[in-house]
Amino acid sequence: MSGLDQAKMQLSGRGVACVRGGREVFSGLDFHAASGEALSVVGRNGAGKTSLLRLIAGLLVPAGGTIVLDGGDAEMTLPEQCHYLGHRDALKPALSVEENLAFWADFLGGERSDAAASLEAVGLDHATHLPAAFLSAGQRRRLSLARLLTIRRRIWLLDEPTTALDVAGQDMFGGLMREHLARGGMIIAATHAPLGIDSRELRIGGAA
Amino acid sequence: MTALSALIRRDIRIALRVGGGALIGVLFFLTVVVLMPFAVGPDLALLSRLGPAILWLGALLASLLTLDRLFMADHEDGSLDLITMSRTPLELACAAKALAHWLAAGLPLIVATPVLGLLLNLDMVATSAVALTLLAGTPALTFTGMIGAGLAVTLHRGGLLMAVLVLPLSIPVLIFGVAASQAAIVGPMTFGAPFSILCALSLVSLVVGPFAAAASLRHGLD
Repeated sequence: MSGLDQAKMQLSGRGVACVRGGREVFSGLDFHAASGEALSVVGRNGAGKTSLLRLIAGLLVPAGGTIVLDGGDAEMTLPEQCHYLGHRDALKPALSVEENLAFWADFLGGERSDAAASLEAVGLDHATHLPAAFLSAGQRRRLSLARLLTIRRRIWLLDEPTTALDVAGQDMFGGLMREHLARGGMIIAATHAPLGIDSRELRIGGAA
Repeated sequence: MTALSALIRRDIRIALRVGGGALIGVLFFLTVVVLMPFAVGPDLALLSRLGPAILWLGALLASLLTLDRLFMADHEDGSLDLITMSRTPLELACAAKALAHWLAAGLPLIVATPVLGLLLNLDMVATSAVALTLLAGTPALTFTGMIGAGLAVTLHRGGLLMAVLVLPLSIPVLIFGVAASQAAIVGPMTFGAPFSILCALSLVSLVVGPFAAAASLRHGLD
């Protein structure tokens, strides 16, 4: 593991505002997360949990405020150091499990670990040659998780990560998240269900 | 470079698999051209005079057929989010996707042209002239079409909107493509002049297309 991985990271937002479709979703939002820490974003439907993750991922432009990462890789932008796991799994039905994973590993680049080992960790090692079209929703989610494991990035942005996972899958995922945090990673998850790991809560949009 | 070649290889692989767009385009091209003699009638002289224009129109429509899905498919399954976030500049990723589309959907049209030329009573010279102009001109169709494909994502509308936006942009390509083919077959113009303009159109679109499409995709982020 490189020395950089051990460096302390701080992600902080100051007065972040988000406007979508002419409607203010939230404004004046302050948040803070450090490496080795999980932040669970909670709030009612439409409070802007997904919007916050997409702001951090650079997929939305903030209407105000700043999001700053301290202690990350100086040569990369914040989105390039993030993994974004959204509602959609970014899988191509025509490609096999193995091909889907290999494509993202090649395309996203950077430090990576063994794809076969990641598939085993998420319990998909028996289905590597199966086209993704034949996977169930839970299996598709597991394959997306294998992407997070194969390509090493320090910040995980997870949007409802446990939906579609069965109980055993949620346990498995909890273990993976704990490992990621122990390696100095950071997790920011938008969720309704408990994450299954120790996390700090960030509530947006008032009481749920 | 690895990233771009991975993207090109993935898109070509998807296009060639069952349900991909590569074969559909060629079959559509074949159908359009085969229908023409039935509509025009069995006048061989007329057919060979119209031949280049029919082949060009068929190729134009066939290459637009699958182009509206160029970014839409990636947008729908969330791949576009990851592509946007990656180190690879979005402009280059767009160019790679368009190149993959041309290799999978454009090249087969050119390969099919000599066979279809027979159906339109075109001789060897005429068929090779049309194939050569298609080789020079279809990149322009793909790379201007990708602007429409980018807008289709931004506006959440595919299909017909795309055709309405892109077909006017492809008028110059059509004019000089058919003009160059006719020049090679009957004259009196030289083949060189319209063919050079056709190549120029392709080169311009290779530069403008990726930037315009990437700008459109960035604007449409949500």
